[in-house]
Amino acid sequence: MSTATAAIKAKQRPGDRVFSGSAVFAGSMILVTLAAVALFLIVQSLPALVATTEEASILPTNFWAYVGPLIFGTIWAAALALLMAVPVSIGIALFISHYAPRRLASMLGYIVDLLAAVPSVVFGLWGIGVLAPAVQPAYTWLVDNLGWFPLFAGPVSGTGRTILTAAIVLAVMVLPIMTAISREVFLQTPVLHEEAALALGATRWEMIRTAVLPFGRSGIISAAVLGLGRALGETMAVAMVLSATGAVTLELLTSVNPSTIAANIALSFPEAYGMNVNVLIATGLILFIVTFAVNAFARWIVSRRKEFSGAN
Amino acid sequence: MTTTTRADPNTGSPIANSLTAGRLPTSAPWTILGAAIAIAAAVFGVVAIGSGEGFNWGGALLVGALLYIPSIWLFSTLVEGERRAMDRLVTALVSGAFLLAMIPLISLTITVVTFGLSRFDPEFFSFSMRNVTGEGGGALHAIIGTLLMTGAAAIISIPIGLMTSIYLVEYGRGRLAQGITFLVDVMTGIPSIVAGLFAYALFAIFLGPGVRLGIAGAVALAVLMIPVVVRSSEEMLRLVPNELREAAFALGVPKWLTIVKVVLPTSIAGITTGIMLSIARVIGETAPLLIAAGFTASMNYSLFEGRMQSLPVFVYTQYANQGNPPEAYIDRAWAAALTLILIVMALNLIARLVARFFAPKFGR
Repeated sequence: MSTATAAIKAKQRPGDRVFSGSAVFAGSMILVTLAAVALFLIVQSLPALVATTEEASILPTNFWAYVGPLIFGTIWAAALALLMAVPVSIGIALFISHYAPRRLASMLGYIVDLLAAVPSVVFGLWGIGVLAPAVQPAYTWLVDNLGWFPLFAGPVSGTGRTILTAAIVLAVMVLPIMTAISREVFLQTPVLHEEAALALGATRWEMIRTAVLPFGRSGIISAAVLGLGRALGETMAVAMVLSATGAVTLELLTSVNPSTIAANIALSFPEAYGMNVNVLIATGLILFIVTFAVNAFARWIVSRRKEFSGAN
Repeated sequence: MTTTTRADPNTGSPIANSLTAGRLPTSAPWTILGAAIAIAAAVFGVVAIGSGEGFNWGGALLVGALLYIPSIWLFSTLVEGERRAMDRLVTALVSGAFLLAMIPLISLTITVVTFGLSRFDPEFFSFSMRNVTGEGGGALHAIIGTLLMTGAAAIISIPIGLMTSIYLVEYGRGRLAQGITFLVDVMTGIPSIVAGLFAYALFAIFLGPGVRLGIAGAVALAVLMIPVVVRSSEEMLRLVPNELREAAFALGVPKWLTIVKVVLPTSIAGITTGIMLSIARVIGETAPLLIAAGFTASMNYSLFEGRMQSLPVFVYTQYANQGNPPEAYIDRAWAAALTLILIVMALNLIARLVARFFAPKFGR
């Protein structure tokens, strides 16, 4: 209070201290939780990394030989799902933001979001009961007529429960979040850019190509990466739909399919004992690291363009 | 080539309106769509008669829609030129993408309702699966388990999530706030099974391996729920106009009372909506509960003792461990799936209604 410019310090009341203290505590709990997730997973999985087949009966030789095919299957299934989901989600987002009648648009958005509300186990039941029998004839046709193409090599699976079916279910499950983010970004395109394009005589598609898509590129990329993160970690739908044998193969339509890390944990964990539990937790740690990196990358892309921070 | 065909309508018939010359009439896309579906239906009809099997409605509609895409492009190229043809092609593709996404949603709804109704009876909601093999039995133990574990998860995560969002909006400055925002975003992407493994590892270290507890399932759900609560509440708190806070400060109200009495009441509708949506999100989680809480056929009212069944895990175990007759198990799985979807939809609906009717009314 010696100089006139000194700020007057606000009176600190006990209520203020308690409240701000508990707010800081809750915020720090987030950091603690994430650190605890990493720490407990690492502690439990360290013994598994050096385990031999005598200690853990599910290991063929060592840990890396066990987890290798699973990593391949996880990435392969997620990549297939993304290949289908990215174009469709961009299409849906454009439809809702630029094609559908204004009054219907928000309702159509809700309808797509309903897909996100369906529990994954229900998607699993649907995949086995409806989707797999429905696509099996198409698979037979593909193998009979395009069997020379390596991906479609036979013999065809009789049940339709192949990696491609699992990827279709995954694609349906990641569609809502990818659509929501792309839609959000497309709606933020400056209206002046759009109107300028239209005023120059552009058709609607030319307007979208020259104004909307360049503006939304980083949004599309981050939507795709977030969808990838979801697809990598999705468990139950894959565990139920896919009849996995653990082989490393690119063939889409046979009954020999790679498994994924998450599905393998869900299927093996209830019966696991001893060191096998640690092995499964170690595979979970690898999944955690991969999805953490993928999500961090997506968020980094979003944060480079601050105006997209509204996108969830 | 293009120019001559474009001139055709001019030479063919007298022009009624020069502005619409060289363009397809507005009814053209629908006519072409109808024709495409009719052709596809005719082909499928011939196949159905030839093979003696039933008429494949879904296939006919799908092939008709696929046939429409090149034909609208062809007609438009002939009449309107390449640029407009491209525009119509993209319109068809974009609308097709939306309709494509509707197929699984509609198919899933129809399947769950038709298969689920066969066991959607009072017995299903009043019996557990204890000593039940084959027909009969119900999911009461799973419903109780789901309510208990989701409730416990909500009790853990709502205070933490709400206080974190208050910290981020009202107090957070500098690196800690930035770090928390970033980690909350990343936490939304944690695979649910990893959350389950974490909860298992946490309790296994203290209580020995092989532990399966309801509270472990609740912790796993809380890990998944906290980031969702933080994100939605944070967005709602940021919507509260700064003028309200400044008015309270000007009257000498302490900061914490301003938050409790001014900021929170203004945004309570949005926060409630966010919390209900986050509950709807975790109530359908299967994998973490399968890992951390296990499954059982008996009632269990205690979160701290023994395995606990939940609805999603009930669906999974009924499907995965089918006994004799298998139809009884499949029917129970579908009935539980229907129950689960109804709960999730009800939560979503109530959340939207809360947001609509209890939103703060400005500009009075």
